[in-house]
Formats: sequence, C-alpha cells, structure tokens
Amino acid sequence: MRLGNPIVLIWMVLMIFLAATVGASFLLTGALGAVVGLGIAIGKSAFIYWRYMHLGEERGLPRVAALGAFAWLAILLMFVTVEMLTRSQ
Amino acid sequence: MSEGITVLKEPYSGEEQQRQAAMMGMYIFLSSEVMLFGGIFTVAAIMHMTHAADFVKASKAMHYWIGGINTAVLLTSSLFVALGVEAAKLGSRSTRGWLGAAAGLGVVFLGFKAYEYSVEFSEGLLPVPGVHSHFETPTQHLFMNLYLIATGLHAFHLTVGIVLMTTLALRAGTKGIGLPQRAIVVVAGGLYWHIVDIVWVFLYPVMYLAR
Repeated sequence: MRLGNPIVLIWMVLMIFLAATVGASFLLTGALGAVVGLGIAIGKSAFIYWRYMHLGEERGLPRVAALGAFAWLAILLMFVTVEMLTRSQ
Repeated sequence: MSEGITVLKEPYSGEEQQRQAAMMGMYIFLSSEVMLFGGIFTVAAIMHMTHAADFVKASKAMHYWIGGINTAVLLTSSLFVALGVEAAKLGSRSTRGWLGAAAGLGVVFLGFKAYEYSVEFSEGLLPVPGVHSHFETPTQHLFMNLYLIATGLHAFHLTVGIVLMTTLALRAGTKGIGLPQRAIVVVAGGLYWHIVDIVWVFLYPVMYLAR
C-alpha cells in the first residue's frame, strides 16, 4: 500500500471530510448545519463513486444508470419539500 | 489466459462489451438500493421539517462518537476493498488479504453497532416490542423507530457484504475466481460494498448530527 496511490489519497480526503462533518455539527445549527452536513456527504459519495466505484472509467450510459436513481430521489425530495413548506395550517 | 477459464460468454461479441454489461447491470441494481434507502431519508426529511426542534433533540441523544468511529471503520473498509479490486485486476495474491481485511472491518462495524444498541437499550431508547421505553416526546419515539429501521436495514446489507467479501477472499485465494481475467467478479462485489458505505455516509449526519 503506497501513500502516493490515488486510492489511499482519496481515503485520506474521506477521513478529513469525516472530521469536517463532525466539526461542522458543533459549529453550525439549523438548516445551514443540515445543508453543510449533507453537502459533505455528497462530496464523500462523489469521491467514492468516481474512483472506488469506477465511474470515472465508464462512459455515458453506465454513468446515467449509476446516477439516475439520485436524480429521481432529488425530484422526490424536491416535491416533498415544496409540499411541506407550502402546507397551509 | 489461465487454462479452463472461459471469460467471454454469449451473447457478447467482446470482453469489453461483456464487462460494460456487467457494470451496467450492477449500477442499475445499486440504483434500486439507492431508492430503497431514499424512502427512509425522505421520511427523515419530513420529520425534520415537521418537528425540527424535537428532531434535533432526539438526534442529540444519539451517541455520535460511536457513529463517527463506525464511519471511519466503513471508509477504511472501502479503501481495503478498492485495494483488493486493484490487486485482483493485476492478479495479485494480496487480493485475498485486502478483501478479508474489509470483511473483518465489517464485523468490527457490527460489533460497535451491537454495543451502541445495547447502550440505547439500557437507556430505554430502543423501541423494542415488549420492553418498557421512555421517550421524552412522541417525535423521539418516531425518530428512534426510523433509526432502528434504517440502521437495521443497513446492518443487514453489511452482513450480506461481509459474506460476499469473505467468499470472494476465499475463492481468490484458491484461484476459484480466475484472476485477473475475471476480476469483474471482484469489481462487482466491491461496488456493492461501496454503496453500503455510501448509505452510512448519509445516515451519519442525518440521524446522529442534526443540530
């Protein structure tokens, strides 16, 4: 296991992101804290998908297949959020 | 190519086409897992928006440091799987060691999770039928229900992953897979492991670190 191996470097970045996630939870609260926490999680996932899950080595259609579910999930969350925030009391 | 190992199968015209089909199929399967856990995250989002203060209070009752240690354990296990896949592509004997180490870290994760459940049980926070629990608010009860379902489902997936990695490690050691020609088998197994890791990457801030 070489330290210069990109796989190992990505693991180091992921561990820094983990520390940032915990640190941010102490510093930020409310919606901003949630956005930052989820943003870091998306960043971690992007590194894992791109290198560990070989998305960087694939071409168009496999990438769509890999990421399509996240697009559907984003649509679901968007509609749910809009519905929740516009509910009349 | 090693003797006795048939790499190309019907209906594929070439090994690259066959590899792409395997990757595509695995990505689509993993997308179904994303949608499965996506439903749980949607429920968490609704709970957070509807009962923000109580949701944060319930999250603060979680043992975030155990979750943090477990996140580090899973991220490291993903490193080991990635190194195992790299070794498998080269036909290296170290494939067995890396995959075995990843499975071992999976067991460590489950050990910490079991300890965490036991602590929550003793605190009366684990919503187990037939056991007297004491939640401060109905939202905390709902939160702990969701937590148990989400982490239990994740633990089940991880258990499947541990069995998968152990099997791959054993078969890689006995040349049962046929490396490096059939490294795609290890690659596909690795994809499953990483998606289980990614699910936890999101569960951790959502359930443990809401503030």
